[in-house]
Amino acid sequence: MDKVYYFDNAATTRVSPEVMEEISDYFTKSYYNPSSIYTPAQKCKELVEKARKRVADAVGADPKEIYFTSGGTEADNWAIKGIADAYGHKGRHIITSSIEHHAVLHTCEYLESKGFEVTYLPVDEDGLVRTEDLLAAIRPDTILISIMFANNEIGTIEPIEEIGAIAKERGILFHTDAVQAAGHVPIDVNKMNIDLMSISGHKLYAPKGVGALYIRKGIKIKNLLHGGQQERGRRATTENVPGIVGLGRAIEDAVSHMEEETARQARIRDKIIDSVLKSVSHCRLNGSRTKRLPGNVNISFEFVEGESILLLLDMNGICASSGSACTSGSLDPSHVLLAIGLPHEKAHGSLRLTIGRFNTEEEADYVIEKLPPIIDRLRQMSPLYEQYLKENGEK
Amino acid sequence: MMYSEKVMDHFMNPRNVGEIEDASGVGTVGNAKCGDIMKIFLKIEDGVVLDAKFKTFGCGAAVATSSMATELIKGKTIKEALEITNKAVMEALDGLPPIKVHCSCLAEEALHAALWDYAEKNGIVIEGLEKPVNDISEHEDLPQEE
Repeated sequence: MDKVYYFDNAATTRVSPEVMEEISDYFTKSYYNPSSIYTPAQKCKELVEKARKRVADAVGADPKEIYFTSGGTEADNWAIKGIADAYGHKGRHIITSSIEHHAVLHTCEYLESKGFEVTYLPVDEDGLVRTEDLLAAIRPDTILISIMFANNEIGTIEPIEEIGAIAKERGILFHTDAVQAAGHVPIDVNKMNIDLMSISGHKLYAPKGVGALYIRKGIKIKNLLHGGQQERGRRATTENVPGIVGLGRAIEDAVSHMEEETARQARIRDKIIDSVLKSVSHCRLNGSRTKRLPGNVNISFEFVEGESILLLLDMNGICASSGSACTSGSLDPSHVLLAIGLPHEKAHGSLRLTIGRFNTEEEADYVIEKLPPIIDRLRQMSPLYEQYLKENGEK
Repeated sequence: MMYSEKVMDHFMNPRNVGEIEDASGVGTVGNAKCGDIMKIFLKIEDGVVLDAKFKTFGCGAAVATSSMATELIKGKTIKEALEITNKAVMEALDGLPPIKVHCSCLAEEALHAALWDYAEKNGIVIEGLEKPVNDISEHEDLPQEE
């Protein structure tokens, strides 16, 4: 099996050739520390500032509101802990959702251990946060609302503009984890009243190990990393120049091709969804059909278990992921699938295929061809399927 | 790959998949909630396991341990069959990742459940065989890999 059919772009993406070309010099030729005063180092500093402007432009922010980080996880940690630390004297209540990435959920749990109270909003069957639930959860001591822009597992895009409007009206800060959304769907931090936003490089064809946190001007936030005066004194550590340059280039490229690329990916996505739902019995699409990331497919297959599906897909060169317990390292399946109301057994049989810029329609056709026999093969050895057939007189 | 070649072989080419219509004993263990169900069928004559089949809902390790457990039990006397522990199944598969050890425990339990069913149906007592627990989630002290 030589060809790799990579359908796990929500996990990470390939660095694009354009990004690779732009950053390659900054490892061996122009490797200087941007904090140094000599001319070559100052050139590196300019590059970092150019990248900052590119990131800012991509989300409608001012460059002074963009702070580079080591990735999405650090951005989430910094936003939530930094705000809790800075505004904890005003209130100790935080609102988030039950389907956040662990970088947000576990950070909130950490803050609970430090005396903060956290409300985890439920979601509807599509994975959407209901604004009425949000309104009901707001208290006088609520200091932060953190709701993800789009979910990494089921691809549901949350009503960010509505949530932002509510947060602004109530004078509560609003953070969104936009790791899956940035560069994939239009974002305007002002129009959407976003106060803090996490971005990751390696989900949009930049290298791993770089991300950014947008912090609206005027917001107080405590530092997560203490040390030097980088990032205007807010985030210490020598700048990851190649990573930062790569993130700038990647997000600019993503935004400039967003319209056609979104349409192309959505076409491939819908083809896979329609075809699989039609050719395989007893399966369902997880997440919203319409408010959905253009590259996300998430389907639950009854009577089979996700890791088994992944292993058989892998034997065919297809890379995908699942929300089954066996792939999470615990006995419980994905918290996202449970939150949208899936019973455990259906959550165990979930498959996520995430389409990216480098996937072709031919690759999708290959997946569409290989997947149904794999499900059938696993069902043939499943006692649950046997039981179902007996109970329904299909045998 | 997280699994040994043997595990992958038994996952990709599972031995003894299916059912035995007139099985002497059938054991089903696990539950859909935790993601693994194993059903093992045994054909026993004159105190010897002549045939074994299985059906399994679960991950790669669950399928592979079912396959190996049925392979190991075939041709064994009941006394010998009781000596097939989860460790024996794991060793025969060249090991399992630590988080998959519970699959081998489930395979051992499925064999015991099938033997228990056989004993009950025939009104006999198999020395050293305890009534199986059908729900793995109730086990607090799952053995860890050494």
